[in-house]
Amino acid sequence: MNWIVQYLWLIPVLPMLAAGIIAVNKQPQRKLAATLAIGSMAVGFLLSLCAFAATLGHGEGTFREVFSFPWIQFGGQWMDIGWVLDPLTAIMLVMVTFVGMLIFIFSVGYMAHDQNFMRFFCFLALFAAGMLGVVIANSLFLFFVSWEIVGLTSYLLIGFWFHKPSAAAAAKKAFITTRIGDLGLLLGMVWLYAQTGTLNFYDHGNGCLEQSALTAMLAHATVGGFAVTTAIGLLIFLGAVGKSGQVPLHVWLPDAMEGPTPVSALIHAATMVAAGVFLVARVYPLMSAGALPAEHGAPVTTALTVVTWVGAITAIFAASIAVAQNDIKRILAYSTVSQLGYMMMGLGVGGVAVGMFHLITHAFFKALLFLGSGSVIHGCHEEQDVRKMGGLKKYMPVTFAVYAVGMLALSGFPLFFSGFWSKDEILHHASNWSASHVPFYLGCAGALLTAFYMTRQVALVFFGKYRGGAQENTADSHADAHAHGHHQPSAHETGHDQTPHESPAVMTVPLIILAVFAVLLGFVGTPAWPWFDGYMTGETVSFDFSKLTESGTLELMVASAVIVFTGLGLGVFLYGKRQRKTVEEKDVLEAAQPALFTLLQNKYYIDELYEHTVIRFNALAAWFCDFLDQWIFGGAVLLVSYVTLGLAWLYRLMDEKLVNFGFDAGCDSLRGLGGGSSRLHTGRVQTYLRVIGVALVLLILFLVWGRKA
Amino acid sequence: MTPLQVCLLFSALLFATGFAGAVTRRHAILVLIGIELMLNAANVNLIAFWRFGPHPEALTGFIFVLFSMALAAAEAAVGLALVIAIFRHKKTSNLDEVKDLKG
Repeated sequence: MNWIVQYLWLIPVLPMLAAGIIAVNKQPQRKLAATLAIGSMAVGFLLSLCAFAATLGHGEGTFREVFSFPWIQFGGQWMDIGWVLDPLTAIMLVMVTFVGMLIFIFSVGYMAHDQNFMRFFCFLALFAAGMLGVVIANSLFLFFVSWEIVGLTSYLLIGFWFHKPSAAAAAKKAFITTRIGDLGLLLGMVWLYAQTGTLNFYDHGNGCLEQSALTAMLAHATVGGFAVTTAIGLLIFLGAVGKSGQVPLHVWLPDAMEGPTPVSALIHAATMVAAGVFLVARVYPLMSAGALPAEHGAPVTTALTVVTWVGAITAIFAASIAVAQNDIKRILAYSTVSQLGYMMMGLGVGGVAVGMFHLITHAFFKALLFLGSGSVIHGCHEEQDVRKMGGLKKYMPVTFAVYAVGMLALSGFPLFFSGFWSKDEILHHASNWSASHVPFYLGCAGALLTAFYMTRQVALVFFGKYRGGAQENTADSHADAHAHGHHQPSAHETGHDQTPHESPAVMTVPLIILAVFAVLLGFVGTPAWPWFDGYMTGETVSFDFSKLTESGTLELMVASAVIVFTGLGLGVFLYGKRQRKTVEEKDVLEAAQPALFTLLQNKYYIDELYEHTVIRFNALAAWFCDFLDQWIFGGAVLLVSYVTLGLAWLYRLMDEKLVNFGFDAGCDSLRGLGGGSSRLHTGRVQTYLRVIGVALVLLILFLVWGRKA
Repeated sequence: MTPLQVCLLFSALLFATGFAGAVTRRHAILVLIGIELMLNAANVNLIAFWRFGPHPEALTGFIFVLFSMALAAAEAAVGLALVIAIFRHKKTSNLDEVKDLKG
């Protein structure tokens, strides 16, 4: 066994130790906290690289090594936990540790003024531990535990500024919404255990994702003729839907932007939300079990069809909402939801490699965009409304440059940016999907919208004239800065530093590194050299330029380029040519299509729908339970207590009047008897002696005369 | 009248005298003297039954009485000590006034 497999556990344990050490230290040791957190991630990154190297160069077939040991016993069975090293794990490890490390470094600058710097890094490190645990887990049990740690830290970090009521509410919303999905995951896990007797993914032929277990499960059918694998797969997918913000459980993710921006970048763009996609990729053998061998492309099963449709609908749905948002982070949040939809769709139509490729490229460019927006927010004194920005190109050149790279990557600008290659691969597989072509068209529409809303955002933020100024900067940002616990004695309060400023190097350097990867990463998965595909599936690939011009591939690339250029052009035409002058001015789309714009701006009223259905129902159920509790169960308890009281009263009566009476009489007579007999004891010795003498005489008389008679 | 009968009559007389003294006198020491008389009456009986019994050569009664007298001496010592203690405590030796054992 490779040494790295045995020491794989170090990768999640190091950040966890860092979190523990930070947690027990005193408040002012900021340097220690940052060093520990970043250091643990750096060591983790190096170990991840070793693990990654171990998975390379194995020729045909996938590299996979597991390390398991028994953990707890219940009944007669041992529950194993352990970890697995395969390409899926290795690539996620490298991505999470690398992006995480850069975001940690960025946070040092972003959170520099926050009072609770230590708490922030403690949570971040704990999150990294949970996320890396998710990645290496070889048992659904360990996976679930880590998954919940990740959910917890997500809650803690969204609610990091918990004195803002909106942040506290968003944290609760995120936690409860993902809980709905987690319930599905838990049920799926239990069902899987009931069916196979193990939760290990791979266990030398005995794991629940290996052929013997899958064949056994396929033999069973549940209601409606579904195979058990389909039912379990869909339940597990429900967990992924909750965590990855897919429709209909997407509502928490945009609200989660209440957290600090590095958190949004790390948790709600790059890693945690991708955990749902990773989960589907991990249990892909279960999802695809029982498929008929397809003539070309990926297998088609019921579970994968559901995954595809949910992904496709999410992709277009969230992209359309993003068009009409004004908060810079919310636009990115809906964009994330939309891209996660693409990943799900990629998993559904093309298999693990397709979805994972987009996951990895997306992690880099979305982390870049979020950190870029963090830099913008930081530079504009905690302002998040794009209408109050504008013209930042001049003030923040570095941020603008890297943001533009991220925006082009996300839009899928042809040939040079990673987003183009990964998104193109998804669309390519979608167009070949044998079940339906609708997801392909939805994906194309989503791509158009993506290019459009990103152009709108960049045009509003970086071009034109700076619209933030004295009048806006007072009330809002003042309150914000206050709420964030900032202690900036400076600057925008005194009024002479109203203009935005570029962020320090500790923030821009990670941005530049991310930007480089946002460009370069695409080239490991082009049709000409599909290295990533080969790496995930274990096939050897070679560089073949002619594949680029193959029929099908070329047409699709051209089509997708046309879509992207249409989106970009539309954005430039609507927002770039004529910049808005004031903050209050109506959006161009709003002027043209007020009804549609309002609908989109209000996110299709999904929140309101939930408010009036699910939450209303929940409140009703809670009221009903309260009623039951107070009147039915409470009444029963009250009744019992009254019966007890009545009985006690009766007992007391019997005791006092009946039992005590008898005992008292007995006692009195005994006492009288005692008193009478005690009178014989005069205490005079001679009286006793006299009695003895008389008794002796009587005895003698009895002996003398009694015998004769 | 045989010598044994004379001895028994004498001892009965001695016992009656002692008993009368122990019962009637109020002074604690006089009561003790009565008790000693009763004890000696018993000793006289023991000597008589030994001396005029079937084995006068065996010295059994004599030894018995010797023990009995030693016992009487010890008893007298304890009794006198009690009387002194009661006197110190009560400032009296009148037995009618010593009735703490009254029930």
